[in-house]
This record gives sequence, C-alpha cells and structure tokens, in this order.
Amino acid sequence: MTTVLDALNQALHAAFQADETVFLLGEDVLDPYGGAFKVTRGLSTAYPGRVLPAPISEAGITGIAAGMALRGLRPVVEIMFGDFITLIADQLVNHIAKFRWMYNDQVRVPLVIRTPMGGRRGYGPTHSQTLEKIYLGVPGLRVLAPSSIGDPGGLLSRAILEDDNPVLFIENKLLYLLPVQHPAGMEEFEATESKAELLGEGDSYAPTFTLALGGAPPAAITLVAYGYMAELARQAALRLAYEFEIFTELVIPTQLAPFEIEAVLASTRRSGRLLTIEEGTFSLGWGAEILARSVEALGSGLRAARRVAALEVPVPASGILELQALPSVEHIVQTAKKMV
Amino acid sequence: MSPVPDPLELYRQILRIRRFEETVLNKFSSGVFFGTTHTYLGQEANAVGVLSCARPDDIVVSNHRCHGHFLAYGGEPRALFAELMGRETGVCGGRGGSQHLHWRNFYSNGVQGGTVPLATGMALAEKLRGSGAAAIVFLGDGTLGEGIVYESLNIASLWRAPILFVVENNRIAQTTPSELAVAGAIATRFEAFGISCIELDSSDVLEILPAAGRLLDEIHAEPSPRALVLHTARFGPHSKGDDTRDSIDVERLRRTRDPLVIHGARLPEEQRKAIEAEVVEQITLAFRLALGDPAPDPQSLPGATTP
Repeated sequence: MTTVLDALNQALHAAFQADETVFLLGEDVLDPYGGAFKVTRGLSTAYPGRVLPAPISEAGITGIAAGMALRGLRPVVEIMFGDFITLIADQLVNHIAKFRWMYNDQVRVPLVIRTPMGGRRGYGPTHSQTLEKIYLGVPGLRVLAPSSIGDPGGLLSRAILEDDNPVLFIENKLLYLLPVQHPAGMEEFEATESKAELLGEGDSYAPTFTLALGGAPPAAITLVAYGYMAELARQAALRLAYEFEIFTELVIPTQLAPFEIEAVLASTRRSGRLLTIEEGTFSLGWGAEILARSVEALGSGLRAARRVAALEVPVPASGILELQALPSVEHIVQTAKKMV
Repeated sequence: MSPVPDPLELYRQILRIRRFEETVLNKFSSGVFFGTTHTYLGQEANAVGVLSCARPDDIVVSNHRCHGHFLAYGGEPRALFAELMGRETGVCGGRGGSQHLHWRNFYSNGVQGGTVPLATGMALAEKLRGSGAAAIVFLGDGTLGEGIVYESLNIASLWRAPILFVVENNRIAQTTPSELAVAGAIATRFEAFGISCIELDSSDVLEILPAAGRLLDEIHAEPSPRALVLHTARFGPHSKGDDTRDSIDVERLRRTRDPLVIHGARLPEEQRKAIEAEVVEQITLAFRLALGDPAPDPQSLPGATTP
C-alpha cells in the first residue's frame, strides 16, 4: 500500500533525482525530523545542499524562492501549515503571480509552494483552516489539490518538473495516511479522466476524475469535491446508493484555479442536480463559483443545486465541536437526500 | 576591480536621467502618459555611481522610483517613454507601466519590500549555479518599515547571498519625513545581521562610485552580502505635485546637492555644452518616436470580447 504521504515524498525524491535545479526551502525540513508532516523526509540526507533549512520567515523564503525561480532554478517551498499562507500573500499576489504577464511574457516562474491544509486533528483555529479559497481567482496563479484518488505524486512531480508557472499545491493533512487509489482499480466505480482545457494555455496536466457507480441506474446528483472531501464524497456516494437508492456521479478536480467547469457540466447535464462539497467556509467560496458557472451554462437544465461547506466559525480545537464545524459524510448524505 | 570612471560618460548618464525625468514631469499634464510616475530627480548620482560598477551579468532589482536605475543600467529612453505611454514597444509592452520593468537582468516592482527577498533569491540562484554574478537591490528609507526587509537581511547573511543592498535615504517617504518613520540608525540595521555597510552623505558620483565598486569587488571575491547607505536628496515630488515640503528647503537641496552641478563643475564648459546638446536631442527624439509607436491590441487579452 502506498499512502499519499509516501507518494508525495517519493515524488520529491524523484524530482530531486531528475533535475538538479530542484531545491527545497522550508522550516524544520532537515533530517532526522524531515518536516512537520514528514513529506520532505530523507531529502536533506540524499541531497545535501539542496534542502535549505529556513528561519521562521514564510514571506521571506517565498520571495527568495521566487527570485531563484526567475533565475533558472525550480524551487519548492514548504509552508508548514496552510494557515500560514496568509503570511505570503504579498509575495504570491503582487509578485509571483504577476511577473510573467507583467513583464510581457519575458520571464517564467517555475515555483511550487506546497502546504498541508485542513482540520480534524484538533489543532484549533489557527492550524486547521482551509484557506486556499483566498487564492482562487488570482490571475497567473495555479492552485492544485490532489486527493487520494488518482496520482497525487505524479501531480506534484509534474508541477515541479514541467510547469513553468507558479503553483500553490494544497495537501489536506488527512490525505497523508490514506492509501492512493488508482481510479481504474476502484471496485465500485467506473472512472473517466479528463484534462481541463484552459483559456490561452491548452490542456492542463492536472486531471479531473469522474466516478460513476458501476452498473447503477443513471445518476440523479453530481457531487463535486476535491482533496480530502473527495474521499468523504466517495463514502457518501456509496451510502446514498446502498441505503437510499440515490445514485450519484462524483467529479474530482485536481486543479482549482484557473478552473475549467466542463467536466462538472458534462456530469450535471446527465444528472440535473449539483452538490459541491468543500472544507473551506460556506460563503463566497469554491462551491459558490461552481454553482454560479453551472447556472450560467445550464440555466433551467439545473434542477437543484446545493453546497456543503464548513460552518462560518473558526475551526474549534475540541474534536466534538470540530466535527460539527467541518463537513462530514453525514452532512453530504443528508443534503443530497433533500435534493431528490 | 572597480572601473576607471570616464567623467564625461558619468556626466552624460546623470544628465540623461535628469532630462528624461524632467520630460516626464513636464509632459504628464498633456495626457500622453498613463497612471503616475515617481521621478528620480536629484538622486541620479546614486544609480550612475553604483551601476557603473555592476558587471555585465549582475542583476539589478529596483522599486517604484526605477527610471533612473533603468536608464543607468543601459535601458533605452524610447522604450521607457513608450512603456509610460502604454505602447506595444514599451519595455513590457505597456503591461507594467512606470513601476514594473524588466529588461535583460533588470527587474522592478512597485510594492515596497517584496523586491528585497526576490533580489536575495536571485543572488542565491547565481551563487548556486556558479555564475559568479551578484545582485544589486535598491530600496528607499520608506521601505525600511517593511518587515520582509529584515527577513531577507537575516537569510541573505545566513546563506551568504552575493547581494548589495543600496538604501537611498532621501529622508522622505512620499510625504512622511524619515524622522516620523525610521527609528534609530540605518547602517546598524545591516550591521545587526552581520552585513558590513558603507554610509555616505553625498551627491557626488565620484564619491559614490568607488564605495559601490569596493563593495561589489568584495561580493564578487567571496559571495556574501554588503550594504551601501546613501543619504541623498529628492528634488521633485514623490509622484506628481505631491511635495509637502517647504519649498525653501527643497530649493536649498537643489542648490547644494545637485549631482549634475557637483560633477559638471569638473568638466570644461565646452564639453558640458556638447553633452547637453547630445542628450537633449536624444531624449527629444526618444519621446517623439515613442509618441508614434503603436498601441497594444486590446483583443490580445485572454478572454477579451468585442464590446
């Protein structure tokens, strides 16, 4: 069994092996510790001098990595907790995302900023958030989020080695210990894979997976989820089918921004109903954008649309409160039941 | 080794910046330029002195007040005029405007502070790649208020980045005098991080140049950061017409701190006049050519629709 943590760690090792311009900057990334979540374990031993242990200066190391990327290296930055991406806002928005376009396509910024995101570990309000929605819709910034379904290591590897543009790479912490599931090998589902075609860019390398229950009647609802929420949505899809005879399709994008809606529309055209599931807070978020675009594209062809998201409170430390604040399989099931 | 300065060329460069910036301020009200501008009037000897010592592969990172740095780096006046006019032939095709320039190894950005880690990272990249190049980053006294500057100094020192930090202390940040914004001394900020520093209170290019040359020689000899603190004088407004200083004070600065006058006094009048005529013709021509340059195509924007 390969976990998502193993896959990401192996992808980093492979990227360091494949390209000597790959460097990693982060806090507490040296062995034997190997990073707070161990994604960088073994790197500093295998590639001394290419793992740069940084002081607690998220903005500084992000800016430094941007400078390295502008001058021909392919740096990877680890931000220890996703909550700390607020500290790199100016670097991301006013520098990194701007350079290529602002400098009239004369430069490239091959930079990956990875960060563990999300709750359910009792870390409380400042170490449990899902903040990527702050950075969705920033021109020039790609936001990727693997789930355990698909090829999370491959996604990271391509972001580091092949993408000449900056990438914010969101790793939900609960994914780390889940086994990687190859869509083709999933027992209950039939999977199709599509690549978003992006305006002026051609096809993205980040796939979208659409899972349909094998041998089931036509789907009545399209579920859309990414990251760890894709795993919860997968569990909810099975419960909805076996307990309530509500059949769904599950669309799992790995590229959140820029977002290409086509795979969602293709499924929703079949099901007529759309339910988005995200771990970020409810208002003005990812699900809202997907619903808005689906309404624009499908009009009255969209018979029902709902969102499941986190409650609009800081993430509580108490597990009892935290479970209620964040989306669960039960939330997804109950919301879906109201839609048919 | 520091270059042996050609006094005529130094004068020509200072004058080129002066006449360029005067043209920008004079022509702004006619509506030929977009947005706003931050002129380098009075500070010309800093850019000319420092960048005369830069080696061809060295990297220059500048800020909102970047025209002087760009021209001293060797940038074309016509391309800069065209950029300010939003033309396709501009330094960045009209996308960046006055504050956002990139040409060869020159980069500028208009947000304060964020360019300092950027330049540090560029310097580190050159060191890691073994190119032998160094980075030079210009910042102002106002930028010393940004926290990321100190993150960068810390890391630049820890990781021995081959970088020269040049602080141009014109003693005023937009309208805020430095006594309201900068506590303590500037040089000791660098020294606290183990970065040695030369401090000059001068508008004389022949004082600034050897100091910069010495620091860059040290950086190139053994990669590590250095700082050059230049106490200087801004003759013009922060942007356009927003100078809140007492005009008597500004007039005194113009009388006593003009790099053009200070360095020009060393040259025979005949040579000065010849350079003056040459530079005026060059800037006038650059402006006129830029005015005739084509506009970018609005339909080239991704997602553009015909209104």
